[in-house]
Amino acid sequence: MGLLDRIAPRRSESEPLAPTVVVGDPTFSTKALRKFLTALTARESPVLLDLGPVVGSNVSFFGEQLGCKIFVEDIFADLDRHVRGDKIDAFPDFLKKRFHQVDDSVNGILCWDLIDYLDRASAQALAGQLTRVLRPEGALLGFFGTAQPPDIRYTKYIIVDELNLRHRSYRAARGRQTILLNRDIIRLFGGLRVSDSFLLQNNLREILFRKPA
Amino acid sequence: MWKRDEAVRPAAGQQPAAPQPPAPSVAGTTPGPRFETGSSMEKDIVNIGKSVVIKGELNGSEDLTIEGHVEGTIQLRDHVLTIGPNGRIKAQVFAKAVIVLGEVTGNVTASDKVDIRDAGSVDGDIVSPRVAIAEGAHFRGSVDMQRKGVAAAPPPPAAKATPQSPAAPQPVPQVAAVQRA
Repeated sequence: MGLLDRIAPRRSESEPLAPTVVVGDPTFSTKALRKFLTALTARESPVLLDLGPVVGSNVSFFGEQLGCKIFVEDIFADLDRHVRGDKIDAFPDFLKKRFHQVDDSVNGILCWDLIDYLDRASAQALAGQLTRVLRPEGALLGFFGTAQPPDIRYTKYIIVDELNLRHRSYRAARGRQTILLNRDIIRLFGGLRVSDSFLLQNNLREILFRKPA
Repeated sequence: MWKRDEAVRPAAGQQPAAPQPPAPSVAGTTPGPRFETGSSMEKDIVNIGKSVVIKGELNGSEDLTIEGHVEGTIQLRDHVLTIGPNGRIKAQVFAKAVIVLGEVTGNVTASDKVDIRDAGSVDGDIVSPRVAIAEGAHFRGSVDMQRKGVAAAPPPPAAKATPQSPAAPQPVPQVAAVQRA
């Protein structure tokens, strides 16, 4: 029985099984999302922090179907603003003050592939803040590339179902900064432990972190 | 995802076609705001025009479309509030349903649904059992879709402060002024 089957009673019969998305964007399988959802829904009324741009169908998915309270904090937009304003040096300090959530208050964090677009200092600042706000036993889902793509674009990840994500790219102010080694990623999130790690056929690494109890 | 209510969905490039009842009560306003009233279908059309600025508390028991500027608190307990493309709201909003085509800064509580359309913008926290955010819309804040405790009524004064929300507007007097822009 899949996760969506278990949460089916929250939906009305007229609603589709999965969020509606626009046809045309490529869809890729995901291995870690299902585990992330399982960790997230282990608690009643989980709190979710989404670091990507707002995606209406994702909000509906997490809010209506999983009963999450969702914080949408589009760090990609903040990054773009700093790059365009030639203030990227101030971005680490900005990130340290960016999150108003109290310590240990968030059950799940969707980091997507944000770390790839950050310099080391910014990535360290962000990882520190995410570790701070994540509740013990909470989960953080991060994507990490294995190659430098030629185009300078961000990606919106649109949940099709617990096993598939639709990737919709959009213009970015700058491209990926680094291709992190696994050990560098683990060091970056030193306060968390790696629960699951997958290398997908599209060469994207999915890593699910959990905060020790 | 839930189905959109076509009855309150404006056609592309047009003003929202929400049912438009008579003007809401704006106590103590001098001079009064210009509410455009006319007949459409079976109900009157009520707009707060784009030249109107309202500061204070806006209460009503009818559907309302705002194209102007409102600062303070908006309460339409059992009715639909539409923020038109020209609407600029800096207020706590309580309504049955809220449709956003303009800009809202402040927390939005709806007992039925919140619908942020393409080019609509919300900076604030949303509490509603149903939320739809269109591609191209801007949103920053939190979304709480828990059915418990969702009521289109403001919390008691002591609970109005929301320190977690960066976009929460400051409390304002009941009605400070109504002025033409």
